[in-house]
Amino acid sequence: MSEDEELPDLGGGSTRSSNSTAVSGGGGDHNYVSPSPDQVLENVLENVLCFLTSRRDRNAASLVCKSWYRAEALTRSELFIGNCYSVSPRRVTNRFRLVKAIAIKGKPRFSDFSLLPPDWGAHFGPWLSAMSRSYRALEKLYLKRMSVTDDDLSFAAQSFPILKELVMVCCEGFGTGGLAIVASGCREIRVLELMDSDVGDDEADWISCFPDNVTCLESFVFDCVEAPINFEALERLVARSPSLKKLRLNCYISIGQLYRLMIRAPQLTHLGTGSFSPLEIVAQGEQELNYFSAFAACKSLICLSGFREIIPDYLSAIYPVCGNLTSLNLSYANINAEQLKPVICLCHKLQTFWVLDSVSDEGLQAVSAACKDLRELRVFPVQALEDAEGPVSEVGLLAISEGCRKLQSILYFCQRMTNAAVVAMSKNCLDLVVFRLCIMGRHRPDHITGEPMDEGFGAIVKNCKKLTRLAVSGLLTDRAFSYIGQYGKLLRTLSVAFAGNTDLGLKYLLEGCPKLQKLEIRDSPFGDSALFAGLHHYYNMRFLWMSSCKVTRQGCEEIARQLPGLVVEVITRDREENETSEYVDTLYMYRSLDGPRADAPRLMVRPSLMICGKHCTSTECRFSIARSLDFTLSVWVPCISR
Amino acid sequence: MKGYSRKDEGCPRLLDLIPKEKERLTKSAEEKKTRHGSSEEKQLELRLGPPNGDWTIKNKNISREKDHESLLPFGYFSPWSSSSGTTPFLQAHGQLKESSQPNPAKTAVPNSSSSSSSAQKRTAPTPVVGWPPIRSFRKNLANGSSSKPVSELQNAVGSKISSEKPIENSPKSLLVKINMDGVPIGRKVDLKEHDSYEKLSFAVDELFRGLLAAQSNFSAVGIKNDEDGGKAITGLLDGSGEYTLVYEDNEGDRLLIGDVPWHMFVSSVKRLRVLKSSELPTLSRGRKHGKLSLDTSPK
Repeated sequence: MSEDEELPDLGGGSTRSSNSTAVSGGGGDHNYVSPSPDQVLENVLENVLCFLTSRRDRNAASLVCKSWYRAEALTRSELFIGNCYSVSPRRVTNRFRLVKAIAIKGKPRFSDFSLLPPDWGAHFGPWLSAMSRSYRALEKLYLKRMSVTDDDLSFAAQSFPILKELVMVCCEGFGTGGLAIVASGCREIRVLELMDSDVGDDEADWISCFPDNVTCLESFVFDCVEAPINFEALERLVARSPSLKKLRLNCYISIGQLYRLMIRAPQLTHLGTGSFSPLEIVAQGEQELNYFSAFAACKSLICLSGFREIIPDYLSAIYPVCGNLTSLNLSYANINAEQLKPVICLCHKLQTFWVLDSVSDEGLQAVSAACKDLRELRVFPVQALEDAEGPVSEVGLLAISEGCRKLQSILYFCQRMTNAAVVAMSKNCLDLVVFRLCIMGRHRPDHITGEPMDEGFGAIVKNCKKLTRLAVSGLLTDRAFSYIGQYGKLLRTLSVAFAGNTDLGLKYLLEGCPKLQKLEIRDSPFGDSALFAGLHHYYNMRFLWMSSCKVTRQGCEEIARQLPGLVVEVITRDREENETSEYVDTLYMYRSLDGPRADAPRLMVRPSLMICGKHCTSTECRFSIARSLDFTLSVWVPCISR
Repeated sequence: MKGYSRKDEGCPRLLDLIPKEKERLTKSAEEKKTRHGSSEEKQLELRLGPPNGDWTIKNKNISREKDHESLLPFGYFSPWSSSSGTTPFLQAHGQLKESSQPNPAKTAVPNSSSSSSSAQKRTAPTPVVGWPPIRSFRKNLANGSSSKPVSELQNAVGSKISSEKPIENSPKSLLVKINMDGVPIGRKVDLKEHDSYEKLSFAVDELFRGLLAAQSNFSAVGIKNDEDGGKAITGLLDGSGEYTLVYEDNEGDRLLIGDVPWHMFVSSVKRLRVLKSSELPTLSRGRKHGKLSLDTSPK
């Protein structure tokens, strides 16, 4: 359930290639030869490599020598593409021939917060084209932050006849029409999960498009689909899906409809409850359905979510399952502490808990008292504003740190915080791997001492030795970054916003954190000289994002010149003639084996030519930039031959 | 800091026009959007955020420019002004005069050290794009749990009214949705691109011919995507073909195409449908109010 998983559960194992001595499907560029000792060795190798499932292990194995490289390429069946532009689809399909499962990630995370133009890219189409030729036996497809069209879905359904799992997270570009095609065309589908995706309402009755016979559906997640669905068809679908274990409904399903589904599927382990409110308010004295007994019948339920429009009175229906729950997501339920307490005090096995700050510090204290096994906590704000009332604060954080010692991951939105509470958490929760604190007011200091939040975050990186992901906020000086650089040796992902004083801040990070992979920075005063401090490291990173910082065009050009393996994208808001800015608005750079992408909007890329959009006077510029184009996308290609 | 509006229900998706017409698209200065089509065919269009609209949370004045969809969630602060020269941040500063933030968020925070003094009073800060970092579907939860969450713009998470309207774009294009019986994927067609029913009929054929062929491929074993494109869809206008083109007007009635002059049709049409001729009640042609009393439930 956690967002931004590093590695989706694609399942393990890889195929054994038993005939690799003969005409091998993969080694198409080898002529047939009788088995030599080397070939025998490769056979052995391939059979041994089957047991390597971790992609990092496989990457290492592939670097040993050419023979190992070939053998590994033939036996890798799960692919993970962390940045869809880091490598071309063709290169991937040329190297890996027997892929059964693939995960592709597209846009950078800040696109979730409207910081990237729509249609920036991350189109699934080109990947689909390549895969449809080379990976017809594909079974699992996982896409995150990709732009997927209905036609893509249609083509995918045609191209992958044995597709078993389709998971799309934070994707957009398609609608219920495309889902209808998937439902009708993917006959083997076991897992169909749409999470946090923007799905258009084409008024297609896609639920009715599943085949009429018994399905092999095991997981059906569509809680993000904001369109009404045909409930009767869904009910029939659930009734003929005996393997269904995970079902997450959208907000168009009322609690009465939920009841009907639950009694048909008591074997569910994961349930997203939809709106959790009735279609009409039940009149006094009218017989209500016995929701309590419906939940009681679901003896295997361990994960509950939904509650999209909850009427709190109904929450007591879930009491029977609370004792078994390992995961509870109330992050759409605007309930207070009193409404939470009777539920949470029963959830003694809870490991993952997502909630709204409407429960206030008092509610969090109840969590701390009851959920001793808690591993992951996310507290979202009801009001995502900078100056709202803040029902949660350092009090809640402190309580959690004292009660939930096994905490590994926390995301906490608040309006006020103190260093002391953060320091306490760093000492109490030594297993922390993910620490993301968002003090919603920009530049807000410790509200009791007035100090910057440097010491708090410093303690986190110093004491939590397993920390790999950090998001900072509040008033932070360069000192905070010196702490991170000094202690954050395992840090892979870092989010910075409205923080720091000078270039030193970024320099500390780039020089101090050897494992840094994903660095996203916004509205912080880091400039070119800080940028250059990372030249030794950028090839080891998945990406660097800097928006509204103090990086100049020249700085970006220089980076591109010095590091030809990087793609440097600069998004500059268009300005009138008299308006200038020395700084670029957004810099997004990433390593790539195949150079700048060809599908950047309104962009023609040629070697040695910098495209400047509106101000480009080059006659070689093929596209005319329309006046309505409000920004330009420049991609620097280094001026050396490739 | 710039912001880019999230695509949402009413919002213009990428225009789906006939892929062959690339040359027409490149010469057009308008923003067109395409949602379907492979990336090779797809015109690379940028969809910009609302220009000129001062998308601060407090601001209710949404200026309608030619390129902007009518409904956008609040909180998406878009700096894209197509004609005005000022940045919306400066606009915002102008509007929210009570803001005392020393620096617009469009650049970095050079004075952060000065703003770091705890003595500085913070009055209502200018809302910033993408801050706090909450995804849009998690917003608007502020109302009581017993009521449905209401977006400030009536087009929201939880709103159960899926409104039916053409996708307005600009005076120069009029996109309407078009669905065909038996084909789940809908399309959009720009009525300004055509000036007669015949041309529209031809466009419809081109839009759906390939999809129909793909549909029938699905039911066959051994799925292969042919390039032949399938057979033409003819007789849309006169009832002679397998399918007939109908439209829904602004009163929600379904009418046969062709009864009124083209320009009248364009002004009243809200969406198009391609229905199986066999399922239409027999109606005589040539009358003014050719209403079809079909079950208009979209499902």
